[in-house]
Amino acid sequence: MTTPVVGKQRTPGFVQPEPPRQLRAPRTSLKVRNALIGWTFILPNFLGFAVLTLIPVFTLFYMSLTSWNIFGTAEWVGLDNFARLVGDKSFHIALGNTFYYAALHIPITIVVSLGLALLLNQKLRGAAFFRTVAFFPYITSIVAVAVVWNMLFSPEFGPINQFLRLFVDGEVPGWTVSKDWAMPAVIIVGTWKDMGYYMLLFLAGLQTVPGELHEAARLDGAGSWQRFWNVTLPCLRPTMFFVTVMVTIQSFKVFDLILVMTNGGPGQATLVLSQYIFQKGFQQFEFGYASAVAVVLFLICILVTVVQFVYNKRKEA
Amino acid sequence: MAARTSTLRRSGRVLLYVVMILAAAGIMLPFIWMVISSLKLNNQVFTAPVQWIPDPVQWRNYVDIWVKADMVTWVRNTLVLSVAVTFLQVLTGSFAAYGFAKMRFPGRDALFLLYIGTIAVPWQSYMIPQFQMISSWGLNNTLWAIMLLQAFGAFGVFLMKQYYESIPDSLSEAARIDGLSEYGIWWRIIMPLSVPALASLTIITFVSTWNDYLGPLIYLRDRPLWTIQLGLQSFIGEYNAEHALIMTGSVLSVLPIALIFFLGQRYFVEGIATTGVKG
Repeated sequence: MTTPVVGKQRTPGFVQPEPPRQLRAPRTSLKVRNALIGWTFILPNFLGFAVLTLIPVFTLFYMSLTSWNIFGTAEWVGLDNFARLVGDKSFHIALGNTFYYAALHIPITIVVSLGLALLLNQKLRGAAFFRTVAFFPYITSIVAVAVVWNMLFSPEFGPINQFLRLFVDGEVPGWTVSKDWAMPAVIIVGTWKDMGYYMLLFLAGLQTVPGELHEAARLDGAGSWQRFWNVTLPCLRPTMFFVTVMVTIQSFKVFDLILVMTNGGPGQATLVLSQYIFQKGFQQFEFGYASAVAVVLFLICILVTVVQFVYNKRKEA
Repeated sequence: MAARTSTLRRSGRVLLYVVMILAAAGIMLPFIWMVISSLKLNNQVFTAPVQWIPDPVQWRNYVDIWVKADMVTWVRNTLVLSVAVTFLQVLTGSFAAYGFAKMRFPGRDALFLLYIGTIAVPWQSYMIPQFQMISSWGLNNTLWAIMLLQAFGAFGVFLMKQYYESIPDSLSEAARIDGLSEYGIWWRIIMPLSVPALASLTIITFVSTWNDYLGPLIYLRDRPLWTIQLGLQSFIGEYNAEHALIMTGSVLSVLPIALIFFLGQRYFVEGIATTGVKG
């Protein structure tokens, strides 16, 4: 704004007004120039993005069709890896556990974070402080969080079981050392950690719900539950769609939380797909086979996203 | 009638406050427990009933940890990575976002669609081919690997694009007529106007690089290269009976993040709200 153009000097990027009869030719060259400039803006990031994300995504499919392992031989084996998946017990367990985690983590996280967002939207005193508190777990590192929760969940002297014993006479859950309770423990921590993020998204969405609609519904005699169901929720649909997609992908790819909390155990009670990819690829060096597992994870995530997208579009129409 | 509804409303609000306070206490409990335990003697961590006030207060733990663990190296590595990644992400992200938000050229929207498409692709699914590629460049077991991994994410492009679109085009139009080049417009008009978004991106990228565990786990094997997360995890394995000291290490690993978060909270919240609203 402080660079006035003096006289007829050419400043880079400044388009000189041309006499009308020459208008045609310069316009195409202008377009090309414009496109080139546009590309230079995008290129630095796109190069990194293409090389480090797009290329690996495409090579993944090739690798899944080879017998690539530690000896570095990538021989084409067709669908052999996928045939092996069909009979692989550990893979079935990992797949089942991933769905188990997702089936609970997705609905619980959505309900809890929406509940927190609605609570915050009541304009209570101290709401800003509460927002800070609820969001804090999301930004803390998984290692610190996992070790604290593991101690809290400690079966004998952990505070959680001490608390439970006040109400429960008899056996309390063994949490991370029990085959049946390890997954619920992980889901509790996962929800606790993630809900603040989705709460913020819902809170942003709630600001877009028009106040007049609520007023009108109130005048028509709708109770608060009816207003939530018939006004708030329909207005929240774009947010709900985004949150659902994000939380679904996040659930299916769950990894670091489980790695540091239970390392897939006890036994294989919390082994999930991502961790199985990690085990096969980085611990047993079966890159080809691990890639086949990764393709399954990839397809699940894409499929779920596409289904939700189509469903959202249909509802919109 | 009116009086009854108002008492009903008031008791409803009281109930909401109770819910809010209980929820806040429940959410913070692990952190409270972490800080309390970090100041205890080791054998006081697990007691029945829980001892909520450490006695005697063991400040010593915060001295001992620096001796027993290689905290200085870990913090230095993590800091180097976080700063480098944040710098690259903010620079290339905001630069690319200008191309996507403020310029019109063929292929732009298709390109952006590629970026969006990768939201649905979990990193865990392509970490193996990526590892092979980075290893083939000889960058395995170097800090460069982590920088490459984190610096070119799509997130920065989304966030900045979303924000740039809220800046009226008339501003850049006017600057164009005044003879400013596109790069000039980006640097002198758009960047100064997008300080809040830049702050959001900076904070979010810094924190997520600081907290990253999987990238370093796969790429950094030599001890001198470890980040705070890797170090803490190995410390937990090595001193698994030293509960108090483990909590001290955890507090120290969370502390810088907590500080940044409380100082820059506004930007955090706004950044996340911006990327979430439109999807």
